[in-house]
Amino acid sequence: MSHWIIAPVVLPALLAPIIAFVMRHDITLARAASFAGTITLAAITVGLLFMSADGATHVYRLGDWPAPFGIVLVLDRLSALMLLLTSALALIVLLHATATGWDNRGRHFHALFQFQLMGICGAFLTGDAFNLFVFFEVLLIASYGLMIHGGGRVRLQAGLQYVVMNLAGSTLFLFALGTLYASTGTLNIADLAVKVRELPVEEASLVRVAAILLMVVFAIKAALFPVQFWLPATYSNAPAPVAALFAIMTKVGAYAIIRVHAVVFGPDVAVLDGLIGDWLMPAALVTLAIGAIGVMGARRLMSLLSFSVIASMGTMMIAVAAFTPYATGAALYYLLHSTFSAAALFLLADLVVSRRPGGDLLRAEPPIVQNGLFAALFFAGAIGMAGMPPLSGFLGKLVILDAMADTPQMVISWIAILVGSLLLILGFARAGSTLFWKSTALAPAPEDTDTQEDDETPPPDDAPAPARALELAPTMAALAALAFLSVFAGPISTYLVETSEQLFDGTDYVTAVLGQGEES
Amino acid sequence: MEIVVASSVGVLTAGGVYLILRLRAFPVILGLALLSYAVNVFLFATGRLAINAPPVLSKYGDATYTDPLPQALVLTAIVISFGMTAVLVMIALGAYLEADHDRIDMTGPNAPDTDKKETGA
Repeated sequence: MSHWIIAPVVLPALLAPIIAFVMRHDITLARAASFAGTITLAAITVGLLFMSADGATHVYRLGDWPAPFGIVLVLDRLSALMLLLTSALALIVLLHATATGWDNRGRHFHALFQFQLMGICGAFLTGDAFNLFVFFEVLLIASYGLMIHGGGRVRLQAGLQYVVMNLAGSTLFLFALGTLYASTGTLNIADLAVKVRELPVEEASLVRVAAILLMVVFAIKAALFPVQFWLPATYSNAPAPVAALFAIMTKVGAYAIIRVHAVVFGPDVAVLDGLIGDWLMPAALVTLAIGAIGVMGARRLMSLLSFSVIASMGTMMIAVAAFTPYATGAALYYLLHSTFSAAALFLLADLVVSRRPGGDLLRAEPPIVQNGLFAALFFAGAIGMAGMPPLSGFLGKLVILDAMADTPQMVISWIAILVGSLLLILGFARAGSTLFWKSTALAPAPEDTDTQEDDETPPPDDAPAPARALELAPTMAALAALAFLSVFAGPISTYLVETSEQLFDGTDYVTAVLGQGEES
Repeated sequence: MEIVVASSVGVLTAGGVYLILRLRAFPVILGLALLSYAVNVFLFATGRLAINAPPVLSKYGDATYTDPLPQALVLTAIVISFGMTAVLVMIALGAYLEADHDRIDMTGPNAPDTDKKETGA
């Protein structure tokens, strides 16, 4: 039993209070500690990825209690992959927040950031449904703090909505867990997988209720229809680096659906009779439609990006709803892609918005400094998000289309994904041309500045500074991750299909957790 | 006893949902508190209702015992919902002081900050 498995939870959990209590008055010290912690976390997660790459399921029993009674952490390929994704994204976001000074606009950014990482890593690792709830709460309470970081009227109001929404969701989560425990007598995910399959069909109604309740709870996190409406207000009003970090939060919901509804309520469970997929598929289709329409209708850059996140969740959940190993592998590839592309766009939007006098309103304004550079970066991010070649969004959607080709929902899902992509392309093209192209037409020629009123002409020394290399680096890194995903799409998607085959095989997970003495 | 527990869960939930739909900060906070009470009672009942049974095994005889796990779950849930309510109150206070009203819903889609930036569009 390797103790490294719990390190991604313990490391941020220890670091965060130290940052909060010891380094609260020294931002340089807090930055250094936060970077050291996040880099260490990234190194650990790379190690865990290699540890799990051989296909073994590693189990960490907390307190060494045997499995159905104590809490277990489970590291398999899927967990390791999500951990690595988290730490890579965290490093990018942390660099951006530090380079742009976002972390200094309110207090305790770094402490909250580490708590957030602790919650996310814990949620990806845990093998116990109630422990999943606890880690959800940890990541949520940190995200409440991060969401209102920096303050301001609209942000606080949006933050209040976000908190209320998620507290209601947490209550629903507890109801679901209670129902599940009352009908099966366990909350260990592996044990649940066994018990649910042994349940007689006549006692299925409670389990069906619990399965659907859990799906609603995870759908709130994953921003699926009909509980997606919190996302645009939250993401578009959160500080941009936080919105970029939240790109992983929707994936936590998606991960929970994949994990719980594939392992516990899988398609082979007789009492559920394919219930989950039947409900998830329409929800995903409508989510994609809402996202695409929202992108077309958005008047602000941040809400456009928020709706594109919704659209990407819809695309991904279409593949998840098929509940086949190949389709889930495709969904995982798209998950990696959409995390980095959403992060890249939010980080870029922060650089652009902070330099525009009109903020993130989508209207033509005189060009900002480095207009061409930002336009190029936005173009790259937009074709990634909309799913055009050559970036990984195109490949991801292609694999999803391929995975859906031999399912009964082939026609509707192809139509949804293709039309949705078209709308996304249109929406991003409109936004990009408004922001970057039309602005050049408005550029005041140097000689007619005197015709303008004096109070409207910003003094030159007040003009926003061009972005330094350090500020651009995180956006570039996220785009580079997309390029990496595209170039190595073959090996990565092979690995992801192996990952989801391990997930759907189930027996491996169950024997590793419940089996006696099978220390890994 | 079943009917008492079941109806208390139902009444608390109904009251909580009604208060959440009021869309003002104070009723919403109360509503969420009621919902968390409801879920605590519900969780408590998931281990089956038993009276005068200790939640521990007795080694001095085959005395009946009640399932201890839901009690641990309820304890965790109480602690978490207590903390969450405190955070919610602080954020609601902050939002109230910033906005001078305690409405939860925001005017207009995606909450444009109408007072500061939105002059055109």
